[in-house]
Amino acid sequence: MNSVARGNYLLEGLRRLGSVALFLLQLLGQCLPALGRPGLLVKQIYNAGARSLIIIMLSGLFVGMVLGLQGYDLLQRFGSEQALGTAAALGLLRELAPVITALLFAGRAGTALTSEIGLMRATDQLTAMEIMAVDPLRYVAAPRFLGGVIAMPLLTAIFSVIGLYGAQLVGVQLMGVDRGVFWSQTQGSVDLHDVSEGLAKSLVFGVACSLIAVHEGYHSEPTAEGVGLATTRTVVASSVLTLLLDYVLTAAFL
Amino acid sequence: MRANRTLEIGTGLFVLLGFAALLFLTTQLPASGLKLGGAKAGYHVTAEFDDVGDLKVGSPVTMSGVRLGEVSGIRFDPKDYKAVVTMRFDPQYSQIPEDSFASIQTQGLLGGKYIGLSPGGLDTYLKDGSRIDQTQSAIVLESLINKFFANYASSKGSGEGGGTDKQASQGQGKDNSGKTESPK
Repeated sequence: MNSVARGNYLLEGLRRLGSVALFLLQLLGQCLPALGRPGLLVKQIYNAGARSLIIIMLSGLFVGMVLGLQGYDLLQRFGSEQALGTAAALGLLRELAPVITALLFAGRAGTALTSEIGLMRATDQLTAMEIMAVDPLRYVAAPRFLGGVIAMPLLTAIFSVIGLYGAQLVGVQLMGVDRGVFWSQTQGSVDLHDVSEGLAKSLVFGVACSLIAVHEGYHSEPTAEGVGLATTRTVVASSVLTLLLDYVLTAAFL
Repeated sequence: MRANRTLEIGTGLFVLLGFAALLFLTTQLPASGLKLGGAKAGYHVTAEFDDVGDLKVGSPVTMSGVRLGEVSGIRFDPKDYKAVVTMRFDPQYSQIPEDSFASIQTQGLLGGKYIGLSPGGLDTYLKDGSRIDQTQSAIVLESLINKFFANYASSKGSGEGGGTDKQASQGQGKDNSGKTESPK
């Protein structure tokens, strides 16, 4: 009895994985046609990107500021508080900006995507489109997916820059690290490689988070409870997958 | 139509911000990137050093521990094989004696390099384009250690084990290539 239940659980997990993978392939096939409808895409970039701007900028500022504070406290024990700029820039570019942006994106934009598409499913809008021979994958799912993929690297870049200025604000204005030293040490140690590592990560996270959000919405139970559950699953799966992928990508880049 | 317009403006703003941030990260952060931003006010003074260590553009120039300006350029002089450092002084520090002494020093034990000035005694002051003649190079920790080993080995005499001898000769070799200074 128990083993049967466990087997079912395992099978259900496998089915879900396969369903996501197939969904990704279908979505990728629809991406090029979706680019031909820039109006739809712009709306989704606005929803996923522009409307996440405030939360991303605020979070970036405070993450950068706390990085400046903690970094300064730690580094001045070794008498090397000049390395604050280096520590803050590398920490932000490589890890904090991509990961925190992805987590915030999952909470801010991912949930909106899932519940929107889930409600479309629950109110039979998707079925109605299918009946009219309009492919909902192309007109509903693909633009939302692409919008998320495009928005994520841009949000990450904004997060990095704001965070760096936050660290500079605390380190230079509050703690008295020399401004010239802060920037020259940063410029001396940051490589184009570090910037591209962060961007590559954010692109992968963008694909992962958008895919999960759109997939969960598209395949949610067409009930109020089902949409709620799908939204929860989006946040959990996106967050865990982001952190897992982060480790894999970091290992690959180092 | 109206809603569509604000939507497009918002998206445009977001994309613009995103690409501006990307541009900043790729061009301004790595040292190889191009530098934007106009020249700051102040006057420029040059000084020649034998060795600048890891002095960087933007490193502070101080006197008595107070920041007077910053390093605005480092280039190599192919004629007499020296590093020429250009410093920008803030305009309010206009009365620095012309025969001041510039040395490259280290912040903390492992910190970055900066230029420390000690005042001279002349009544003529540094002005835009003038040169500081008396300079002292950065102290490179490795050559200091090499020198120490060389002295240590020679003071011990030649009767000791081969290991120290080998180290000593290596140290001296490096020393000779750097400066013409006869080992003791």
